[in-house]
Amino acid sequence: MSKYTEDDLREELKTKEYEYGFYTDIESETFPVGLNEDIVRAISKKKDEPEWMTEWRLEAFKVWKSMEEPEWANVHYEKPDFQSIAYYSAPTAVDPNKTLDDVDPDLLAMYKKLGISVDEQKKMNNIAMDIVVDSVSVATTFKKTLGEKGIIFMSISEAIKEHPELVRKYIGTIVPTKDNFYAALNSAVFSDGSFCYIPKGVRCPMELSTYFRINQAGTGQFERTLVIADEGSYVSYLEGCTAPSRDENQLHAAVVELIALDDAEIKYSTVQNWYPGNAEGKGGVYNFVTKRGLCEKNAKISWTQVETGSAVTWKYPSCILKGDNSVGEFYSIAVTNNYQQADTGTKMIHLGKNTKSTIISKGISAGKSQNSYRGLVQVNSRAENARNFSQCDSLLMGNECGAHTFPYIEAKNKTAQIEHEATTSKIGEDQIFYCNQRGIDTEKAIALIVNGFSKDVLNKLPMEFAVEAQKLLEISLEGSVG
Amino acid sequence: MLKINNLHASVEDKSILKGINLEVKAGEVHAIMGPNGSGKSTLASVIAGKEEYEVEQGEIILEGEDINELAAEERAHKGIFLSFQYPVEIPGVSVTNFMKTSINENRKAKGLEDMPAKEMLKLIREKSELLEIDRKFLSRSLNEGFSGGEKKRNEIFQMAMLEPKLAILDETDSGLDIDALRIVANGVNKLKSKDNAVVVITHYQRLLDHIVPDYVHVLYKGKIVKSGGKELAHELEEKGYDWIKEEVDA
Repeated sequence: MSKYTEDDLREELKTKEYEYGFYTDIESETFPVGLNEDIVRAISKKKDEPEWMTEWRLEAFKVWKSMEEPEWANVHYEKPDFQSIAYYSAPTAVDPNKTLDDVDPDLLAMYKKLGISVDEQKKMNNIAMDIVVDSVSVATTFKKTLGEKGIIFMSISEAIKEHPELVRKYIGTIVPTKDNFYAALNSAVFSDGSFCYIPKGVRCPMELSTYFRINQAGTGQFERTLVIADEGSYVSYLEGCTAPSRDENQLHAAVVELIALDDAEIKYSTVQNWYPGNAEGKGGVYNFVTKRGLCEKNAKISWTQVETGSAVTWKYPSCILKGDNSVGEFYSIAVTNNYQQADTGTKMIHLGKNTKSTIISKGISAGKSQNSYRGLVQVNSRAENARNFSQCDSLLMGNECGAHTFPYIEAKNKTAQIEHEATTSKIGEDQIFYCNQRGIDTEKAIALIVNGFSKDVLNKLPMEFAVEAQKLLEISLEGSVG
Repeated sequence: MLKINNLHASVEDKSILKGINLEVKAGEVHAIMGPNGSGKSTLASVIAGKEEYEVEQGEIILEGEDINELAAEERAHKGIFLSFQYPVEIPGVSVTNFMKTSINENRKAKGLEDMPAKEMLKLIREKSELLEIDRKFLSRSLNEGFSGGEKKRNEIFQMAMLEPKLAILDETDSGLDIDALRIVANGVNKLKSKDNAVVVITHYQRLLDHIVPDYVHVLYKGKIVKSGGKELAHELEEKGYDWIKEEVDA
């Protein structure tokens, strides 16, 4: 069986220029490098945005200029030169002459391993699809079903034009432009992203994942997502993709805002598998993401993430439990291998009475990687009877990797009950030998042990994605032992 | 079935096995006894192919093939099974899932397709009944929170599932109460046939009352110093090991 290794990936990236040669035709669509007010205006104009949006971006740009890149995270990297990045690039076009035969067979082999359909493979490699294919009709069916329920699901650029009242009311309310350096940058230059609104009392009849995966792949470097679940509604939303994303951008700074109004529930699942850099630690994506959700009365927000990619990850999906009886959950698996660094966790801010939060974090470190959990549980003085349960488990493979836990707890109300459990374990030679003795080779044994370790979180993912995520864990750790 | 010639093995440069000779034929049950630290568990690990053990001399031959260079999983594929003295925990992996993986990996090595789910379930039901194992037990994480007895019973359950040619039971009786001992021994006896062989490593006679050996060997200071029939086990039970030590050390 041919294995997809870092070497293959490196080779693939070397040949990338050729593969994506058609870019040259539309070069005029890419803005000059650097960032200033004119570029921000130009982005807004290019997207045909209303005046208020342009102003909002400019305001964010001013804030960003006055800020400094944070250094408190347990990651070390060469800071990006923000003036050498192009902030607008034309959407990836379809090459009419390209077929699946032109795609690296190893990449195709990996898609097969992950069980990704041919149509999706084409989509991910910018290959034109046949005129009549399932996914087109499926997408149409989706649109119809969603439309009937009054669900709005479109790109944020479209939403700014078609539903300005909703966007204007909510954008930047959960993650303000001045929240942090990357959020400010994103607010100024965000390229596109998704917008989702679920009306009162509506239960979204499908995982928005499927639709998203087929239609929204490759939304770019500065993604902006806004999900609003109106009173009593429910939505399960999935972003990302288990297939390796060959994004050439070094820096990703996304912002995701979730709003769960009274009695609403949002499940937000992420699978992140961006290029992690090669085995020597060269290259790879810097992933600096701000994700936050607000819960009104009796509302619930659940974040589930599987992070296997990126050279540097800086990410803390959080919940503001504003309404009484609201619930926040965070389930995370973060895998680091080779020279990857991840500093990830969550913030649970308890403001309302009887608010509850659960944090389950599973960190897996291999190679020479560093994996940190950083979490804050904050109980406000008026948050009577707040409850939190946190569990942070780390699994180490080999002797050169690191696992770190930074739990912060701030309780200002005496009725708060906060529990924190943490374990660190190592995949033992005895465990491997036990598996070997039962006929299971070492690679498979590690996959089995890692999957067992991650089970609590994998179980929280939508079914079909859990299976893919499980395979992804195996692939990410391939070759990490022996 | 198994032939061991002049086997010398060490771990971390410490020589433990110093010239073992042993032949086990199909259909036989051999017991290996001996005082603590004589090398019994090392012998089991070396046969099973644990990497930390360095074979310095001699050969281990399974059905005419020298298996010394084979990895542990390859030896397992050839039908060697070790019931561990201290079975390890694998959190989050259920007994069923573990067995499914094990069986299918063994099948894969033989060029067979995965076992169909229905067949697997039937096999699990059959074998868990044999070991009087509660079905709920099978969905628990492997060995996590198991009592000593449950762990050992689970080992023999796995043996029943895999139907090995050569089973080595390393102190399977330790930690078992009398009922569990009977169940485990009964399981082993039912699995015995003219085509497979069992090597029982134990300190005590009591397991050998249930699994009756054809041969008993005494291992002391890395060598088999005495061999005999089942009556040797009784003699050891009565007199202890001191007389053997004296004989050898004299």
